[in-house]
Amino acid sequence: MVDFGGWDMPLHYGSQLDEHRKVRSDAGMFDVSHMLAVDIKGESARDFLRQLFANNVDKLTQPGKALYSCMLNPQGGVIDDLIIYFLTESWFRVVVNAGTADKDMAWMQARRDELAPGLEITPRRDLAMIAVQGPNARAKVWQVIAGSQAVTENLKLFQATTFDQYFIARTGYTGEDGFEIILPATGAADFWNALHAAGVAPAGLGARDTLRLEAGMNLYGQDMDETTNPLESGLAWTVDLKSERDFIGKQALLETPVTQQLIGLLLLDRGVLRSHQKVIARHDNKEAEGEITSGGFSPTLNQSIALARLPSQVSAGDEVQVVVRDKMLRAKVVKYPFVRNGKSLI
Amino acid sequence: MDIPTNLKYTKSHEWVRLEDDGSATIGITQHAQELLGDMVFVEIPQVGRKLKQREECAVVESVKAAADVYAPISGEVTAINPELQSAPEKINQDAYAAWLFKLKPTNTADLDGLLDAAGYQKVLESEAH
Repeated sequence: MVDFGGWDMPLHYGSQLDEHRKVRSDAGMFDVSHMLAVDIKGESARDFLRQLFANNVDKLTQPGKALYSCMLNPQGGVIDDLIIYFLTESWFRVVVNAGTADKDMAWMQARRDELAPGLEITPRRDLAMIAVQGPNARAKVWQVIAGSQAVTENLKLFQATTFDQYFIARTGYTGEDGFEIILPATGAADFWNALHAAGVAPAGLGARDTLRLEAGMNLYGQDMDETTNPLESGLAWTVDLKSERDFIGKQALLETPVTQQLIGLLLLDRGVLRSHQKVIARHDNKEAEGEITSGGFSPTLNQSIALARLPSQVSAGDEVQVVVRDKMLRAKVVKYPFVRNGKSLI
Repeated sequence: MDIPTNLKYTKSHEWVRLEDDGSATIGITQHAQELLGDMVFVEIPQVGRKLKQREECAVVESVKAAADVYAPISGEVTAINPELQSAPEKINQDAYAAWLFKLKPTNTADLDGLLDAAGYQKVLESEAH
């Protein structure tokens, strides 16, 4: 067990590697109740979120549709990354990280007071969240929640619906198919046990990290934070600079030149890449430095991989060196994701 | 936790087995392997390297973290376990069978400072508090 943003959480339930492989090949589940669902209710909800988030909530046209976005400060730094669900014109639900939940709430409420007084922003600590992930995840959920198949079978990726006491979204943090399910906290233990009985393997924070790293998904606090630019953190695809819309941080992003990028590394020598290791790249006979933001062992590729923040001129196919303890190890620069739906993309 | 009584131990969680031919076989303990979790990489000193007692001489890396291994006694490396390069998980399967390397001790007095099973048990108990 480890402390994670004030929550006592299991790193693994026995073997992190087994849990990782179970998610890639069958179905695993994560108790992600530490993440906070925040309901935003009121007539001005959409207009408020349009200004609050770097991605454009106007992309959400169908009820149940979800959108991944950053919430930026005026300097363009990332306060948090989150998922927004569009439920009705006067009800959006946002799911934020655990470690940032308090500051996110304070930030959203302060901006609400300026931009949309009267809008209700409610943290839903009464809700629990269980992510069921893997090629067989959806089928196992259908087995456990009687009657849910008919209403969730046709959900597209990044789409959610309500069924009985469950809010079921086809989202995840593993690069596999599956659902993230929000339900009343009082029912969470029974639901977990029922999934377990149906053959879904409990998986801890360790597997969650190696799965998301293989899937090339950012981890807040490691790959980006309040001091980093989302455009230098592999998140340009989530920042809508095309529309006329103004949002907090937009001006700063437009004024700041982008000189770095987040890119993948594949370790060629033996060893394990870890966050904060220094990366040395050579380009036009000039040495440029960067840093690994997330590194680890990829069970699927059976070698070490990393996300690294490197100068923009470095490109996929280049070979770089990583300082690991007293050695210089060779790594190849690659585009990520590394793994999707159980298969290597490298 | 079963701690084999035929081995010697260090506070830094290495085990040492004194062989009949006078050599010493070295590995990491069951407790160390449990703390680290699934092993994915092992770096072992080269045969012929001369180690001083308590010198950092090997690295075991799990999915979670890298940990240094210290030489329990001074000596020259005479053999390394060839299996671990391709199968570091053998340490998880049986930490007392998956030895890292063998040493020819150069200072027999070093052996006196090692812990027996009961002494190592006390170390684990004190760490648990």
